Amino acid sequence: MNKTLKSTIWILIAIIGASAVGSIALNRGENINALWFIAAAICVYSLAYRFYATWIATSVLMLDYTRATPAERFDNGRDFTPTHKWIVFGHHFAAIAGPGPLVGPTLAAQFGYLPGTLWILFGAVVGGCVQDMVTLFLSTRRNAKSLGQMAREELGALGGTAALIGTFSIMIILIAVLGLVVVNAMKHSPWATFTVSATIPVAMLVGIYMRYIRPGQVLEASAIGVILLLVSVGGGRFIDEHETLRLLFDHEGLTLAWWIMAYGFAAAVLPVWLLLAPRDYLSTYMKLGTITLLAVAIIMLQPHIKMPAITPFTDGSGPIFGGKLFPFVFITIACGAISGFHALISSGTTPKLLSNERDIQIIGYGCMLLESFVAIMAMIAATVLDPGVFFAINSSAGVVGTEAVDAVAKISSWGYPVTVEQMQHLAHEMGEATLFARTGGAPSLAVGMASIFGSAFGENLLALWYHFAIMFEAIFILTTLDAGTRVGRFMLQDILGNFWPKMGETSWTPSVVLTSGLVVSGWGYFLYIGVIDPNGGVNILWPLFGIANQMLAAIALCVATGILIKSGKLKFAWVTGLPLAWLVIITTTAAWEKITSSDIRIGFFSAANDLTEKIASGILPPAKASIAPQLIFNLHLDAWLTLFFVGLLWLIIFDMLRVCSRYLSGKAVLPLTESAHIPSRLVEEWARD
Amino acid sequence: MINKINTLWRLIRRLSGDDAYEQYLEYYDRHHQNKVKILCQKPLSKAEFFKQWQDEKWNGIKRCC
Repeated sequence: MNKTLKSTIWILIAIIGASAVGSIALNRGENINALWFIAAAICVYSLAYRFYATWIATSVLMLDYTRATPAERFDNGRDFTPTHKWIVFGHHFAAIAGPGPLVGPTLAAQFGYLPGTLWILFGAVVGGCVQDMVTLFLSTRRNAKSLGQMAREELGALGGTAALIGTFSIMIILIAVLGLVVVNAMKHSPWATFTVSATIPVAMLVGIYMRYIRPGQVLEASAIGVILLLVSVGGGRFIDEHETLRLLFDHEGLTLAWWIMAYGFAAAVLPVWLLLAPRDYLSTYMKLGTITLLAVAIIMLQPHIKMPAITPFTDGSGPIFGGKLFPFVFITIACGAISGFHALISSGTTPKLLSNERDIQIIGYGCMLLESFVAIMAMIAATVLDPGVFFAINSSAGVVGTEAVDAVAKISSWGYPVTVEQMQHLAHEMGEATLFARTGGAPSLAVGMASIFGSAFGENLLALWYHFAIMFEAIFILTTLDAGTRVGRFMLQDILGNFWPKMGETSWTPSVVLTSGLVVSGWGYFLYIGVIDPNGGVNILWPLFGIANQMLAAIALCVATGILIKSGKLKFAWVTGLPLAWLVIITTTAAWEKITSSDIRIGFFSAANDLTEKIASGILPPAKASIAPQLIFNLHLDAWLTLFFVGLLWLIIFDMLRVCSRYLSGKAVLPLTESAHIPSRLVEEWARD
Repeated sequence: MINKINTLWRLIRRLSGDDAYEQYLEYYDRHHQNKVKILCQKPLSKAEFFKQWQDEKWNGIKRCC
């Protein structure tokens, strides 16, 4: 293509992008079409990828396609294998895209569609994608080492330990909050409970099939599994309509929480082939399939966004979680914009497959763009609902009252009209008993997805679509839950192994049982408290998770910035330094507010003091008074945990600054651990396009 | 058209790990053809290979939030 034509196309994309972002941002009062979101996203992503990512690749990282990657040098036909870039793209995307980008935007929609959307778009192109790409590059140049190892070898023991502790704590909080999301989706819903529980035997069946009946026939086994899952979505309706069977699956949140803990323990102890591996297959197909379907449905249907651009809740009085727009929108949407967890996949796992450094741009930067796009779709699905309905589903009984009449009156008084009949009709359509106070984001996302799917592919199947969406969310939440518990178990065994070598043996049964039990009780505790919390628990746990995830991202960016400076690229250090500074500002502010705020819906300590006073004056109803001491203890624990996260973050920042200033003043620092340049011998075209 | 479907099918098989054993055999042949065969171990059977492959694959952090 000639140069003028190319520039014209890029100028056109820039103009379309600017007008799409402009109309999203400036639109007030009228309904706006979801296509504007899609257009804005695609243009912003294309421009960022074509110009910013290319510039980082060529000028900052200086990707070298003649250099052999670890996959080529250590090729063993198994984990180290040079792989075609689109295959690696698929693996990497499947690994980084979890429930986070779906839940976060749904919760953040309480501020209106605008703040969340802008943060998803710009946070991703300047922050998240850069983090993923740079980490992938650094690990590729260091024999596919993990983030923790790189932190230890480049910054020092402190950095390494901080990364390890950070990873472990984020895992515990993450699993707890995801468990809570599933519990809230299944509470008193026999249909959802049946469908979600059916995924367990289905996964086991697929596991046995792959291992013993027809070993290695992965696709065959998965096809059977997917069909069985779809059957179980339909089967849930039968259970729901059956007089006695429905009682078997109709449970309180607390009972479900105990079951989930038992399940997590079993999944961490059982062999991977029986539960974890097949479940992972099924959830990956469901995830990729449903996300594609959602994109197609949104483009076909072109729904109108009903949520206003900005709601009055930016002042911190929001019903879903307390806290002002700044910094809490940036904490709530972690995964769609920047997620520290990705650094764990980008280092260690993906570099072992990379056949050429050239692919780092499309895999590191490109996959994160796609994840950000998933977050945009979740934002669309949440905001196509009537705002009144959205708030009725997502506001906990502790905020709007337990009676439907009180709840609709309260929500309508905020200026988002909704009626009891409307909610009953909706619940009936979705095949649920009630949709009031179904906090956690999953039910409202499922209602949004069901209404999009329903309008695009058939109205009469709304209830099926709703439960399909619930199953889709639950299956990969449970995958994260069991994979996370297992990884947590290995990390704990590793740590304990330092003190008592026998504990470090990953197959020694007492160690397996003890460490799995410890990890499950860790997240189980937060899950339990979340379930009994009258305010829904998500309002406390999700910000804590956001802070932890952003902290991990900050650790990854610290390692990256440190290495850039140590490589003599001070003038480019802002590429990772800028997002790092932003993350430090938002996590520190959020943590500061969570600890010191006098608003009982934000500050942990003030909420604890408030409860203590209420107990003392005896104004609490008996049911609440009996759980109050536990809630108080937990609020204190959350406060200390937040303090610990921020302390850890600052510690590693100072450590990074120490290393950098030593380097810049010519003093000795740990040497760069980049592996030597070995020319690539992969000349065959198969590895390329 | 048929070519495209074939490519897509290969892509799906590769992504899902359906062809992992074929990949392994290919790798085995590539790396053992010039050496004395007697000294090398025989390639693993499909069931054995799959067991090892699966256990290795799910050891470590493979999934995010």
